[in-house]
Amino acid sequence: MNILEVRNLTKQFGGLTATSNINMDVKKNSITAVIGPNGAGKTTFFNMITAVYKPTSGDILLNGKSLVGLKPHQVSKFGITRTFQNIRLFHDLTVLDNVLVGMHQRLKSHWAGTLLRLPKTRHEEKEAKVAAYKILQYVGLADYVNENAANLAYGAQRRLEIARAIAAKPRVLLLDEPAAGMNPKETKKLTDLIHDMRTRLDVTIILIEHDMKLVMEISDFIYVLDHGELIASGIPEQIRNNKRVIEAYLGKGAVSNAQ
Amino acid sequence: MIFGWMNQFAQSKRSQIIFFAAYVVLTSLGLYFIQDSVIAFLLLLFSILILYYLKLSNKAKWIMGFLILAILVPLSASHGSAYQSYMEVGTLVGIYAAMSLGLNIVVGFAGLLDLGFIAFFAVGAYTYGIFASAQASKFMPFGHYPLPGDTFWLFIIAGALIASIFGILLGIPVLRVRGDYLAIVTLGFGEIIRIVLNNMDHPINITNGSMGISSITPPDFFGISIGNSSQFYYIVLAIFMVVMYIVTKLEDSKLGRAWKAVRDNEIAAQAMGIPLVRTKLAAFAIGASFSGMMGTVFAAKQMFVDATSFTYLESTMILVMVILGGMGSVPGVILGAAVVTILNTQVLTEISNWLNQLSTTGAIAIPDALSPAKMQRLIFGILLIVFALYRSQGLIPHKNKKVNAEELKKAASEGSSSPEAGSPSPETALVNESRTTGGVDL
Ligand SMILES: Nc1ncnc2c1ncn2[C@@H]1O[C@H](COP(=O)(O)OP(=O)(O)OP(=O)(O)O)[C@@H](O)[C@H]1O
Ligand SMILES: [Mg+2]
Repeated sequence: MNILEVRNLTKQFGGLTATSNINMDVKKNSITAVIGPNGAGKTTFFNMITAVYKPTSGDILLNGKSLVGLKPHQVSKFGITRTFQNIRLFHDLTVLDNVLVGMHQRLKSHWAGTLLRLPKTRHEEKEAKVAAYKILQYVGLADYVNENAANLAYGAQRRLEIARAIAAKPRVLLLDEPAAGMNPKETKKLTDLIHDMRTRLDVTIILIEHDMKLVMEISDFIYVLDHGELIASGIPEQIRNNKRVIEAYLGKGAVSNAQ
Repeated sequence: MIFGWMNQFAQSKRSQIIFFAAYVVLTSLGLYFIQDSVIAFLLLLFSILILYYLKLSNKAKWIMGFLILAILVPLSASHGSAYQSYMEVGTLVGIYAAMSLGLNIVVGFAGLLDLGFIAFFAVGAYTYGIFASAQASKFMPFGHYPLPGDTFWLFIIAGALIASIFGILLGIPVLRVRGDYLAIVTLGFGEIIRIVLNNMDHPINITNGSMGISSITPPDFFGISIGNSSQFYYIVLAIFMVVMYIVTKLEDSKLGRAWKAVRDNEIAAQAMGIPLVRTKLAAFAIGASFSGMMGTVFAAKQMFVDATSFTYLESTMILVMVILGGMGSVPGVILGAAVVTILNTQVLTEISNWLNQLSTTGAIAIPDALSPAKMQRLIFGILLIVFALYRSQGLIPHKNKKVNAEELKKAASEGSSSPEAGSPSPETALVNESRTTGGVDL
């Protein structure tokens, strides 16, 4: 069953076509990778799903319902959250508060409840902190609850982005280059985490990644973009040997030269 | 720094309390017996800052702070002839502290630079001024004006509401712009409000234009007409306590986190489900309401309002209090308001008077162009530059509230997370409808 369907999705920035007529079917509870050389339009694709950009044309369907035209904060309510390629943490908030902000749309309390110190609000707030702590334990950041996000090491910041995103209990989780800047050990841990999230959180994961080892190891299905166009799709074995994909990455003629 | 030293001393609770009690007793006795001692008065006020650093429970601090401000300060000051002028300073500090806390929500928490904040103060002041004087009878088709002084208490709330409506009115157009542009638009808004108030005497005379509104009815408290500073002091103290409560509660709440998230990264905040416009408008509205309340008090206290009290310089002064105290830091902002107010009303006047005296006796030569008032501004400006250079984070820099990690760890291992905290939000029907799976607890 497809949870997310993308139909003829196109985005133009002035004269530049960042993505052109992309079609995708993302299976529920799958791990799907979107790969492609720099500037292929991968992040633009994520930005359209999360309503940061409005598509020039085409449609995005979550469980058959269109997301086009929603505000970014509404997309999160519909169950899609993401991490960012260029880390976008709330750098002056503590690690715990970053995760609590991730829970924002799940918390029902109202400012009036806060001021009147309603038992319900206080209870929810307390429970939210415990839940946030559990999420931090899960991604391995529980030792840093009171640290400012800005003070974390790079790899830890990437994991905090994931923690914040899953705090919203998404049904679809978008990861934009989660392994960028990580060393092999950290990447291994991240691979395990992504695998585990899929089963434990019952979430569908779409990731953009340049680390081919990670992509091939983890993905059920791969889409390849180049210059905004979808040039290939398939399971890892198919992509690994796809001539057009190799050409896109290594330049035209690379395949024939090698032969 | 003195702050660091106080933090060190913070280990023994007992010696702290003894020290604090001795300090408070000494300074209040000093204020009581040494007549008109500005120093003793300031030292007694300083005890509130010491109290902040003591290792006591929040509740104990609140109670002690309240007792000092509500009983000890007025009592010790009441002996001297300068009683009313001390209480006037206390009243002004309270008014500015509440406004700074309001601006701090907008600038410090939500990160929206507002250079026209005094407009909301003006709105509150004019609201009471118009209806508590004969002015309202010039354009209102019904009712008898001035309204009696016991409506003042309702006007505090009305001032808050009307100011927050203006906050939202300002917010709606302004939120399309960001950063520097936002600052410029808010500056313009502040000036527009002032100029409009200054010119609304025709075609219908609503504000009496540049003549201002005079003979404003003083508040009436169960038959007692409130006229002097020692009485207004208590009104201001009560409002300040309420403001303080609201700010400290909101800061560590869902809304407070949303403000700071928007400040730190708008795109990420939206991606986490925070509605940008509503969150920013809430900051404008709540911040403005504090100013509106104090505006009402200001009009009642002065018994006169005109537009000259609400110039751009006043907006800047409140911003200075916030920045000097420490943006985003509640105790810092209050200290900033107190320091700037006391500098302007007490310390700098004394210094510039003293310098002037020296110059008339010929000890030093001050150019004639530098009148005492200008001298005061000059010293104030120099002080600001020094602070900006050497304490750029403010007097009490903002610190994030820390949670008790051990407690959380214990709670987490007990698995006490209830289903409420984990269930999906009911806000959109679509979510409920289609979100049958997903959202599994860890
Ligand atoms: N806001 C924008 N305005 C104009 N052009 C843009 C904008 N955002 C992206 N682009 C352009 O669209 C193209 C695709 O960019 P995108 O960031 O989606 O690439 P990407 O596949 O994520 O690349 P990378 O692997 O380097 O992250 C690029 O040519 C980029 O310059
Ligand atoms: Mg990218």
